[in-house]
Amino acid sequence: MSDKSSNKKPLIEVRDFTAAYNDTVILENISFDVYEGEVFIILGSSGCGKSTLLKHLIGLYEPQSGTISIDGKDITKTKGEERVELLKEFGVTYQSGALFGSMNLIENVRLPMEEFTELTPNAMDLIAKMKLHLVGLGKYYNHLPAEISGGMQKRAGIARAMALDPALLFLDEPSAGLDPITSAELDALILRLNKSLGITFVMVTHELPSIYAIADRVIMLDGKTKSIVAEGKPEELRDHSDNDLVKRFFNREAEPIESKNNHE
Amino acid sequence: MADPDQTQKSNSSELCEIKEEGDAFHVELHGDLSAKTVGDAWEKAFSALEKSDKKKVLVDAKGVDYCDGSGVAFLFALRMACVKNDKEYAVEGLKEQFQTLFDQFPKDGKLDEDTSKRHSLNFVERIGEGTYMVLKDWRAQIVFIGEMLYATRFVIRHPRKFRWNDTLVIAEKAGINALPIVAMIGFLMGLIMAFQAVAPLKQFGVEIFVVNLVSLAMLRELGPIMTAIMLAGRSGSAFAAEIGTMKVNEEINALVTMGIEPVPFLALPRMLAATCMMPVLTMYANLVGIAGGMLVMLSLGHPWAELYTQLTRSVGLHDVFAGLIKTFVFGTIVASIGVLRGLQTASGATAVGESATRAVVSGIFLIVFTDALFSIVFYVLDI
Repeated sequence: MSDKSSNKKPLIEVRDFTAAYNDTVILENISFDVYEGEVFIILGSSGCGKSTLLKHLIGLYEPQSGTISIDGKDITKTKGEERVELLKEFGVTYQSGALFGSMNLIENVRLPMEEFTELTPNAMDLIAKMKLHLVGLGKYYNHLPAEISGGMQKRAGIARAMALDPALLFLDEPSAGLDPITSAELDALILRLNKSLGITFVMVTHELPSIYAIADRVIMLDGKTKSIVAEGKPEELRDHSDNDLVKRFFNREAEPIESKNNHE
Repeated sequence: MADPDQTQKSNSSELCEIKEEGDAFHVELHGDLSAKTVGDAWEKAFSALEKSDKKKVLVDAKGVDYCDGSGVAFLFALRMACVKNDKEYAVEGLKEQFQTLFDQFPKDGKLDEDTSKRHSLNFVERIGEGTYMVLKDWRAQIVFIGEMLYATRFVIRHPRKFRWNDTLVIAEKAGINALPIVAMIGFLMGLIMAFQAVAPLKQFGVEIFVVNLVSLAMLRELGPIMTAIMLAGRSGSAFAAEIGTMKVNEEINALVTMGIEPVPFLALPRMLAATCMMPVLTMYANLVGIAGGMLVMLSLGHPWAELYTQLTRSVGLHDVFAGLIKTFVFGTIVASIGVLRGLQTASGATAVGESATRAVVSGIFLIVFTDALFSIVFYVLDI
């Protein structure tokens, strides 16, 4: 996989970022960049703040301190129309799919187009059907979210996130709960979109096969130090990292119980 | 990322050129084919294509710098139109990375169809379905009553197994926390009734009978029914939403697979709490309601002693008990219908809302229906 960070400009710049819920600090003073056109993965053990970081990146939460810039605009400071324009530039899928239960799949995918484009209803229908076809749900577009499986809901969530063809997609554990075949198909879809359209992906995932298959670069968060403990290509981290957490993560080793209890 | 407005302005006019040469309909595309820009090209190309009788459609995409999913959808829509109208179709010069995306879609221009049929019902079928649903619901209610009775028998035999702590917490939420709203509504009801009655009764010089009207109405009818409706709106819906959310989150399944019966575990504490709290709330509503009526009479210059004598003459203990006996039944109805609707919740966020609504509607209907039955029984028994 080529080093996409060497010749591209940062699309997301996170600087001196601290996240906290009330007085509980989750991540402290972290900085990193995501470059245009790369597949960037946020790793870490459960509860280390991966989803918290993602929710800050997409502007759902305000950081305690620091800045998060997407395409040069600080998402923590943009307001009104400027914020809406910025939000249209990226798509997000959530762990549960977060589809609207009262709408069928095609209506879910059409919704952003209805709100933000001037396309005709027929064009929107066709585009929505094609997005659903891309994620393997061509035969289910009239179904309500409650009528399809959890994995299908996740894929429909990805189709909805792609509705406006954003240049940047955030995916929160997209392959969790999916069977290996569907998970591999999802990886292939991400790579295809990344290569053909140059879409930048920022993902939270634990799935090692997915990480090796699609990641250009990863960062690993540590809940104990509340910081980034490793950054780079997954294969390099697996083979050369000196950090215990990184080694254990990539080699799927359990943390010794004594050490775990001491920290808790 | 490019400025979207700028991109749209620069591309909308020159994105798509249509020509007819020889036996072919030519579509020449330039610039960025994206969700923001493709709309104009789409309309222009299709309105021209509809009028054209050429048997070949050739798309020249050499000038396309960028083509996202919407751009590909435009190219695919042209393919679909050509297949439908039996025309030849070809796209030339599309950059390799966009061609890869375009190749994801069927060459025959036919996307998968959702073959699931949603049969729309005619008038007769709707009546049939409605009747079936009502009968099914009655059956569910009868089965639920049976389950409740069976669970009650079990709890009477094994009182230690009952969740007393949960019951107290629910009683606090459904009962004590409801006191302020019950007091306010009850007081205002008494006040309004007194003001409405005092003018016509004054014409006959019997305005002291306002005391009879307010106290009898509150004790026998309005106190119990109004409190029950408030309990249905406040706690019945909460029971349905809480248990409905548990159903959606598979917590009910977790109970069942642990071998714990949901009805005794969830329904009985709520039923006992509501049944015990309902008479307390009603007595409280009665008191403040009568106080509201009295306040009006005091403000009109009637002395307290006169009002008190009239009150003790007009109502007796049988009136108090005639109202209170209903409240036990109302409390049981509100709690059990709330729990039943919660347990009937389908999946999804909408379903929880529907369950809460159904709990309130069914609860109020059953309260009024039962109250009518009580009125008939009291009339026959001359209570």
